[in-house]
Amino acid sequence: MSVLVFVEGLNGEIKKSSLEAATYGSQVAQQLGTTTTAVAIGDVQESALAGLGAQGVSKVLYDSDSRLNQFVADAYVKVIAKAVEQENATVLVFSNSNIGAAVGAKLAVRLNGSLATNVTSLPKTDGGSFTVTRGVFSGKAFADVALTSDLKIVAIKKNSIDITSGEGTATVESISADLTDADFAATPKETVMQDTNGGVLLPEAEIVVSGGRGLKGPENWHLIEDLAKELGAATACSKPVSDMDWRPHHEHVGQTGITVSPNLYIAVGISGAIQHLAGVNSSKVIVVINKDPEAPFFKAADYGIVGDAFEVVPKLIEAAKALDK
Amino acid sequence: MKILVCISNVPDTTSKINFTADSKAFDKNGVQFVINPWDEYALTRAIELKEAKGGTVTVLNVGEADAEPNIRKALAIGADDAIRVNANPTDAFFVAQQITAVAKENNYDMILMGKESIDYNGSQVHSMVGEMLGIPSVVPAFKLDMVDDSTARLEREIEGGKEVVEVKLPFVASAQQPMSEPRIPNMRGIMTARTKPLAVREPVSAEAKAEYVNYSKPEKKGGVKMIDPENAGELITLLRNEAKVL
Ligand SMILES: Cc1cc2nc3c(=O)[nH]c(=O)nc-3n(C[C@H](O)[C@H](O)[C@H](O)COP(=O)(O)OP(=O)(O)OC[C@H]3O[C@@H](n4cnc5c(N)ncnc54)[C@H](O)[C@@H]3O)c2cc1C
Repeated sequence: MSVLVFVEGLNGEIKKSSLEAATYGSQVAQQLGTTTTAVAIGDVQESALAGLGAQGVSKVLYDSDSRLNQFVADAYVKVIAKAVEQENATVLVFSNSNIGAAVGAKLAVRLNGSLATNVTSLPKTDGGSFTVTRGVFSGKAFADVALTSDLKIVAIKKNSIDITSGEGTATVESISADLTDADFAATPKETVMQDTNGGVLLPEAEIVVSGGRGLKGPENWHLIEDLAKELGAATACSKPVSDMDWRPHHEHVGQTGITVSPNLYIAVGISGAIQHLAGVNSSKVIVVINKDPEAPFFKAADYGIVGDAFEVVPKLIEAAKALDK
Repeated sequence: MKILVCISNVPDTTSKINFTADSKAFDKNGVQFVINPWDEYALTRAIELKEAKGGTVTVLNVGEADAEPNIRKALAIGADDAIRVNANPTDAFFVAQQITAVAKENNYDMILMGKESIDYNGSQVHSMVGEMLGIPSVVPAFKLDMVDDSTARLEREIEGGKEVVEVKLPFVASAQQPMSEPRIPNMRGIMTARTKPLAVREPVSAEAKAEYVNYSKPEKKGGVKMIDPENAGELITLLRNEAKVL
């Protein structure tokens, strides 16, 4: 019995969401009285892997095959399946990322495991049960789900667990699965990274500054960008804004866009339609700036300013500049 | 080209979500159901490909009879025929097994569905189906074109970027914006949809592996603190000292 965590790298480092997954895994291992192993694939530095000791991981299995620097679901599945077998893992933890959900689902089939994605809580494990809470109905509700197979697979919603950091260092061992050409049938031909505005990825961001149709046009987005830059935030937008191509689609948050759950979500000139709220309402603190005092978003907000974005946001940028960082 | 599009029947995006008194089930009372918005991207892209290259589009729903109005809507938008697997889906694994059973009988060139359903938000069914059928799954994709008769070119979203993937048919893909511009059925479509075949079949025996035991709703917010726009900068101080998020 052990807990296995899949960690994802980005530019050689481990993604924040994977540090959350590692923390989660270690806490589950503690609950179950066992140890935590991580499995990593592709482009991650060994020093970053060893650093997972800080999250309570004792050992990392690493497959450095350079063909895996890009995400190829079938190949990843084979490596992780091998790690599950080698470690005799009964709990497998992913981050609820595009990669985590896809690989988790395939492994559930291949290894006859039960899977819960979008998980927001540690499991309840009384009497041998394993019940987790997951977000459903686009953030409008939660469901408690009992996983019944021997192998339990969970994908953890981003920002739903605080990363711990301790002293330890994890040992790094290599692992390799017998990968064949067939496993690489869906290898990406090309990978294009976005301009991430100061390097903050929207789905992982702790602070998000988001603009809606109230910004009037793309030429005014410097207001959103400047505030985001001062706060170290990622930028986002409402659906009509991306539909009109004022902003790229990958910035669109909401029910049919990206779901975010940052510590702070600042909505500027966004009405707060139910479909928008669905993707942002699990943010810890919500700030709404809107010139219409009746805007529905104020009902979901913690702090609000009724005012014209063009007057209010420059004041916020000034105040943010004055903060000692 | 034979395309299968899986659609789920979900509460309208404006629905207030409620549960039965014992918190054990979703309360359908007074709720309008729609085609899952993400599935509409898959459906319209499938119809566009059929219009450009020929072939058929079959829609598949695993659900009870009350889903039929939305299955008819998919036919009205331009699908050729439909299959409903008559079951109340219990979890993603169960649904994936039903889709796989239908797919195995019919040799589809591609199987498309939405990135996730807006009710259970699982993002699992597509990858499970790919695994069960032993064919690649490309998820989530926001662009899908044919390179030639046997190869498709997809662009999929990754955190922080995108990837371009070329795969041989058959494959599974899940769709997200802006793969296509969803269509509204016109009168002619609605009339012809009535005569298009909608087959109902019973589920294959399958197991569910996740058991939903209880539902709850997020705690209500404590109310909003308003700040005078003249002193907007005060907000930043509050966010640091009171809310402690800066
Ligand atoms: C199936 C479906 C799915 C959807 N999914 C999503 C989704 O995922 N995400 C999403 O965002 N939407 C989604 N929508 C759309 C949603 O219903 C709303 O239309 C959208 O969120 C509105 O965006 P908005 O608030 O930017 O624009 P508007 O509704 O136009 O609101 C603009 C706001 O800006 C304010 N404003 C104007 N000028 C100023 C100013 N100078 N200063 C300050 N405030 C100002 C106005 O008072 C208003 O409240 C979906 C809709 C459907 C039907």
